[in-house]
Amino acid sequence: MNTTGKVTGIVSNLVTVQVDGPVAENELCFIDLGGTKLMAEVIKVNRDRASVQVFESTRGLKDGDTVEFMGRMLEATLGPGLLSSVYDGLQNDLTTMKEVFLQRGEYTDPLDHEKTWDFVPIAKAGDKVVAADWLGEVKEGWLPHKIMVPFSFKGEYTVKSIVEAGEYNIDKVIAVLTGEDGEDVDVTMTQKWPVKVAIKGYKEKPRPFKIMETGVRVIDTFNPIAEGGTGFIPGPFGCGKTVLQHAIAKQGEADIIVMAACGERANEVVEIFTEFPELIDPHTGRHLMERTTIVCNTSNMPVAAREASVYTAMTICEYYRAMGLRCLLLADSTSRWAQALREMSNRMEELPGADAFPVDLSAIISNFYSRAGVVVLNNGQTGAVTFIGTVSPAGGNLKEPVTESTKKAARCFYALEQNRADQKRYPAVNPIDSYSKYLEYPEIREYLDRTVEHGWVEKVNALKVLVRRGKEANDQINILGDDGVPMSYHEAFWKSELIDFSLLQQDGFDPVDSLCPMERQKYMVDLVSDICAKEFKFDDYEKCREWFKELINLLRQMNYSKFESEPFMKYREEITKHLETNGN
Amino acid sequence: MATKAYHKVYTQLDAITKATVSLRAKGVTNDELATVDGRLAQVVKTKGDLITLQVFAGTEGIPTNAEVAFLGHPPIIRVGEQLSGRFFNAYGDPIDGGPAVDGEVRQIGGPSVNPYKRKQPSELIPTGIAGIDLNNTLVSGQKIPFFADPDQPYNQVMADVALRADVDKIILGGMGLSNDDYLFYRHAFEDAGALEKIVSFVNTTEEPPVERLLIPDMALTAAEYFAADKNEKVLVLLTDMTLYADALSIVSNRMDQIPSKDSMPGSLYSDLAKIYEKAVQFPAGGSITIIAVTTLNDGDITHAIPDNTGYITEGQLFLRADTDTGKVIVDPFRSLSRLKQLVQGKKTREDHSQVMNAGVRLYADAQNAKTKLENGFDLSDYDLRCLDYAKEYAIRLLSIDVNIKIDEMLDTAWKLFAKYFSKAETGIKQTMIDKYWPAE
Repeated sequence: MNTTGKVTGIVSNLVTVQVDGPVAENELCFIDLGGTKLMAEVIKVNRDRASVQVFESTRGLKDGDTVEFMGRMLEATLGPGLLSSVYDGLQNDLTTMKEVFLQRGEYTDPLDHEKTWDFVPIAKAGDKVVAADWLGEVKEGWLPHKIMVPFSFKGEYTVKSIVEAGEYNIDKVIAVLTGEDGEDVDVTMTQKWPVKVAIKGYKEKPRPFKIMETGVRVIDTFNPIAEGGTGFIPGPFGCGKTVLQHAIAKQGEADIIVMAACGERANEVVEIFTEFPELIDPHTGRHLMERTTIVCNTSNMPVAAREASVYTAMTICEYYRAMGLRCLLLADSTSRWAQALREMSNRMEELPGADAFPVDLSAIISNFYSRAGVVVLNNGQTGAVTFIGTVSPAGGNLKEPVTESTKKAARCFYALEQNRADQKRYPAVNPIDSYSKYLEYPEIREYLDRTVEHGWVEKVNALKVLVRRGKEANDQINILGDDGVPMSYHEAFWKSELIDFSLLQQDGFDPVDSLCPMERQKYMVDLVSDICAKEFKFDDYEKCREWFKELINLLRQMNYSKFESEPFMKYREEITKHLETNGN
Repeated sequence: MATKAYHKVYTQLDAITKATVSLRAKGVTNDELATVDGRLAQVVKTKGDLITLQVFAGTEGIPTNAEVAFLGHPPIIRVGEQLSGRFFNAYGDPIDGGPAVDGEVRQIGGPSVNPYKRKQPSELIPTGIAGIDLNNTLVSGQKIPFFADPDQPYNQVMADVALRADVDKIILGGMGLSNDDYLFYRHAFEDAGALEKIVSFVNTTEEPPVERLLIPDMALTAAEYFAADKNEKVLVLLTDMTLYADALSIVSNRMDQIPSKDSMPGSLYSDLAKIYEKAVQFPAGGSITIIAVTTLNDGDITHAIPDNTGYITEGQLFLRADTDTGKVIVDPFRSLSRLKQLVQGKKTREDHSQVMNAGVRLYADAQNAKTKLENGFDLSDYDLRCLDYAKEYAIRLLSIDVNIKIDEMLDTAWKLFAKYFSKAETGIKQTMIDKYWPAE
């Protein structure tokens, strides 16, 4: 018999319920509004009063309405069919909803129960298995989707029976397992998992040891993110956060991409629906939508479900990670999620922390980021969840609670800068303030030494020093005037401009330049490093400016040309000739 | 709204604040409307049988024995073709002396559109203003505000944009309009002979500020009727959203909520997003485009209101006075239309984006030259040409009093390029130069 209750208080989407039995923190309940059931989650209990946040509008609710508690937390439904789906924050399938407007109390099934999948067993009768072990496999499009022992199973089980290879739907019992207590349990192709709890079921979680290529130079070359790593992109509006995230989504080297559109513009999600089915994954040649799942809770959708959306997305990633796959989770924007927490904390009249955010904001954020990572599965294979979140700091000021809390949790920091965006220097990632802590990892350095070139990190660091020096020189020039500084200042400035225009900037809308593989990045870094190592002689600063401008133009033309194509090599030769014009 | 006979009437208030009253009542639903001493109020809090009502017109003079009657429904609007050409107040009551509208009843502030059922916006909305059409092209289904200091003529620009746009309906949501501005809109619409396609919901400064909170939902529910039910292209004008946000902060303050940045409520982002996200392109052809005004305090866009707005809307149009020419211009640097690439070169001439970029880039060079001049450095010949170009560019293209077709804007830009610069200095693609560079 489930606990039931009656509504006793309503403020916006915070409802207090008098309960007649036990309730759990984060337990789900449904409030009956004249036949329409509104889903809600327990967020606080005080004796027989439970405070619940309702995932829908509470319009029309009144004192005394009945509530039924479900005895479970908010769960994600996991199984074949997740890929290429479009869900809302509570994992309702948005594509199967009939109406143009979202209907209150309409919940759709995340997975198709009719569709059959071509199942092939991996385990056999008599095998000893534990949670997350692979029992079989179906083909989810191109993807070998493992059917696993449910993550909620505790202890060791023996496979009593497993079905033969064949076409089954997700509700078919594909295996019977016997527990240590001798009880038999049925296993189907689908299982549920509470989204706010991290999926374990792996042997260990080592430090990230590989780079995840994004094809974006300012990331891969300058501040690479590790596979299984974490990063965040803060920036004021209009600085290209979303464009950069979409670029990473299109090009990131991962098997699965989950995009969580959390409290952002609906038209941006529409852009993904419209473009991704057309675009081709540069790594596999398949359509991008074939590796993408979208969880979207746009800014006008219920606020409480916004918080749930990032957890739902993370749970889907962890599920695929347990199959030995590399997943990339992109959340745009985690600030909206933090704001959802703030609204709720405010309604509960909790004592506020900085900027009225809840005091445990920092803990919540770091707990979420900690769910990313590389794991070694029980069978020795590895899987990874890489997480990149955007942050929308109020007024573009990075000294605000969400940015500061995220900075503590994420290992890569890509600071988008208004000034660079105004100058149309895209991606507007500030080369000096941004960092990747992974460059300090010996295993990552060793990986780069091995896969790119020995001493690669040092080479890139030398370029970073030149960028900083160029900035200092430019400050001096602006103060003292073009004539007031030695020629070496002009040269230092223009070398930094050369690095900026040829390596840091990248045309995200150009078919060639938008995706720059590591091999090509290395080629360009070598070329630019060689040029910057030279000392030049200029009679006056005008000549210096002109000479570098021409050189920059040639390098940009190279970026726009196919790697090692005829035009590419032609521009390369022109650069050699151009360099000869300066007495070297 | 008249009290109906069968509603139970309460006459004992427990508490009164400046904006709210509380009383004990049974069977009252959340968001429901009531009248308190004849003034409209809405349920904002329920605690057992203790109901808190927000009184839109304020509580001045309300006695503890005031008559309270619950109406049994949330705020509603009657929709129908009869809305056309009419002026209403925040409650949807006529203020133009005409009869009440007898249409279908709709609750305001209804559900959002399923994002999966939206269509990508793709239709151009021409305004004749080059600072918009050329540099920040508007698309139907877009939401975009004007950021302007209070002394800028944003209401005039909005009226111009609305009357020139090729749309089926224009819905004006006026919040805290001065009586003069209200009459300005009324006359502008009448003079243009466009009254039959305009619906207005107006709250003037003479009326209580909290009433404003109803205006956007009223306007957008009417918009949804025309766009979703009638498949019409609807343009919604919301002015001034800063005053709307101020009203939000008044209410949250009176309800003892903890303020966040700039004493705005913590839910400001969601509150604004709920309004702006009503902008939509429906697959059946109807659309809602929202053009709003957010007034700034001395150009400060880091204040919570413009800041949150910028994160929600698809760009912003920044109005400022250009001191060199004395014109009010659409600032090419700080303005942005995020959807422009959906129509530029697709619904307009192929050279559009190249011309736009070159025009703005050269204008930026002029700004650098200006800085050099101010710092006392010598100007090169190029700098001087840039400065001359910038003046003519501001007058002939950026100024808000320009009203020409897009092709003419492009031709004007080419003429300016040819007058002041060499082909190479414009940095435009060679194929475009070959085709469009003016002869001679």
